[in-house]
Amino acid sequence: MTANAEPADEFYSALLEDDPEELYDNAPCAYLSTHPDGTILKVNATFLAWTGYDRESLVGLRRFPDLLAPGDRIFHETHVAPLLRMQGHVREIAVEVVCRSGARLPALVNSVLKRDAAGEPMAVRTAVFDATERRAYERELLAARRRAEESEARATALARTLQASFLPPAVLPVPGLDVAGAYRPAGDGSEVGGDFYDVFETGRGAWAIVLGDVCGKGPAAAVVTALARYTVRAEALRTPYPSAVLAALHETLVRYHPDQFCTAVFVVLEPREGGMRLVVASGGHHLPLRVRPTGEIDTIGTTGTILGMLDRPLLTDTSTVLGAGETIVLYTDGVVEARRDREFFDDDRLRSTVADLARRGASAQQVADAIVAAALDFQDGDARDDIAVVVVRAPG
Amino acid sequence: MDVGVDVVRRNNVTEGGNPAGRPMMFAHGFGCDQAMWRYVAPAFEDHYRTVLFDHVGAGRSDLAAYDAERYGTLQGYARDVVEICEALDLSDVVFVGHSVSAMVGVLAAATAPDRIGALILVGPSPRYIDDGDYAGGFTRDDIDGLLSSLDSNYLGWSSAMAPVIMGNPDRPELGAELTESFCRTDPEIQKRFARVTFLSDNRDDLQAVRIPTLVLQCSDDAIAPAFVGDYVHRHIAGSRLVPLRATGHCPNLSAPEETVAAIAAFLDEA
Repeated sequence: MTANAEPADEFYSALLEDDPEELYDNAPCAYLSTHPDGTILKVNATFLAWTGYDRESLVGLRRFPDLLAPGDRIFHETHVAPLLRMQGHVREIAVEVVCRSGARLPALVNSVLKRDAAGEPMAVRTAVFDATERRAYERELLAARRRAEESEARATALARTLQASFLPPAVLPVPGLDVAGAYRPAGDGSEVGGDFYDVFETGRGAWAIVLGDVCGKGPAAAVVTALARYTVRAEALRTPYPSAVLAALHETLVRYHPDQFCTAVFVVLEPREGGMRLVVASGGHHLPLRVRPTGEIDTIGTTGTILGMLDRPLLTDTSTVLGAGETIVLYTDGVVEARRDREFFDDDRLRSTVADLARRGASAQQVADAIVAAALDFQDGDARDDIAVVVVRAPG
Repeated sequence: MDVGVDVVRRNNVTEGGNPAGRPMMFAHGFGCDQAMWRYVAPAFEDHYRTVLFDHVGAGRSDLAAYDAERYGTLQGYARDVVEICEALDLSDVVFVGHSVSAMVGVLAAATAPDRIGALILVGPSPRYIDDGDYAGGFTRDDIDGLLSSLDSNYLGWSSAMAPVIMGNPDRPELGAELTESFCRTDPEIQKRFARVTFLSDNRDDLQAVRIPTLVLQCSDDAIAPAFVGDYVHRHIAGSRLVPLRATGHCPNLSAPEETVAAIAAFLDEA
């Protein structure tokens, strides 16, 4: 049976090798025992090998926190020591141990507080794990997270800047009228939406207002939104007919962005004797509301076809005269399709909001802001879609 | 004071002790919460009306009330102290401030002399960074090191640590409710508080203190060394400096009896 003798001997000598003393001194992690004040009482050979100190220079002389990098020492005194005292242990504390050579050893530290029979703190046992690789990896993760946060912040800033370019910085004063706009992006405004509006002079003593909604969000919608604004501005100088302006926008979409479409309402305002003449065309967009000082409401115009969709759009001009004290409201989907659970803000709520304001003689800005606020309130402040509103009011 | 702000909820104010007694307010320092005083405050409950609170951003304070601008200076924290005094209608308060809260107390006393009647400064430092002859104990680099230490130790805070804060029944050693939120808070707030704490310079504010003041200085305090405690004592007229045998920066935890005895002796004489 000599064949078995050799493995048995190996088993016993391996067992001897692993006696507690040997296990402590040459464990695969570093061990320290310290007084509650941190003074090192006992330290294993692994710690000495990793850090280059000799036992005599540490035991009874140095405090463990004093071997940490200065920032880690502050963290130790303000967080680790109190926590250890309060809960009896700390786990996975990331520190850097300053070695004898001045080099730093990234480490993870676990400590337990040993109490005497009376419950008084007696000693702290600490295990130190070499975490060089892990900490390098964590630093990369932290750097990556920081970069991600920065680029997210940049993207949001870009989206907001771009979005702002779709709206006039301030609505220009239109002689004889009170005109105001209001806008609120969807969600946190980190994505560019497709809502836009503009108010400008067309050069014949007339003024134009456009308000529209390009389908979709993000860069693709932004490109079309910018194009829509320029097209409308250019066309409005060539023709006095709103339907012709929208038809030109339709042609542009079909030619350059056949997969994109938008809805828009275009209004021309011309001062006439006895009041302001209004010509309205809609390309698949909600018709403007006319609110009389009594609170009575009707719509102006005919809803045409969505722009960029059909081969031949159906667009009509409707003209009317804006009476004294009357208010015109242009708005996007974001208002009436504001949702709470399964309920929409809807036409009725919009109408009752503006009727109420008109009866009280509210200014154009007050009406515009109140509509945005009401739609926002309805969905608990978290807009699912962009909200754009333009209000025109004739002095009463 | 902002009308309608629930100061008691915002700062998680907890009251105890003798309602008829002189008010004694305990303010924790950077890195922890009011549980820091659990071995000290009870010793004063017979004779004093004890008031404990968490700074906004720490412990169980209302994190939503954290305003980077307001709490961008220690004055913001001092305003909170004054607002707590107003909300509870306290006067002649004995203000016990540990670590950075010692300077918060100094600022609050200057703002509201009618509210604060005495200061107990435990391990105070008006300036942590060295400046010429002034040996605060740290360099700007050290403070950057602390910020990166906070980063390393809060890696994954939001996902991994939140359950611990919410309470963890299968780890009974964490069970005591007081320790659950101790030392743990939103990492961004913690870093901002670290900057405010360690980059402030309140040396010029010390001379304004005109009320009885006790400075408690630990032996071997790595955060507020003896030189600094001595500096505070020399610049507050009539203050008393009592060196403690306790080592480290938190005598309120490591040597509560000695801390209590030193405070009690000072108050009895005053």
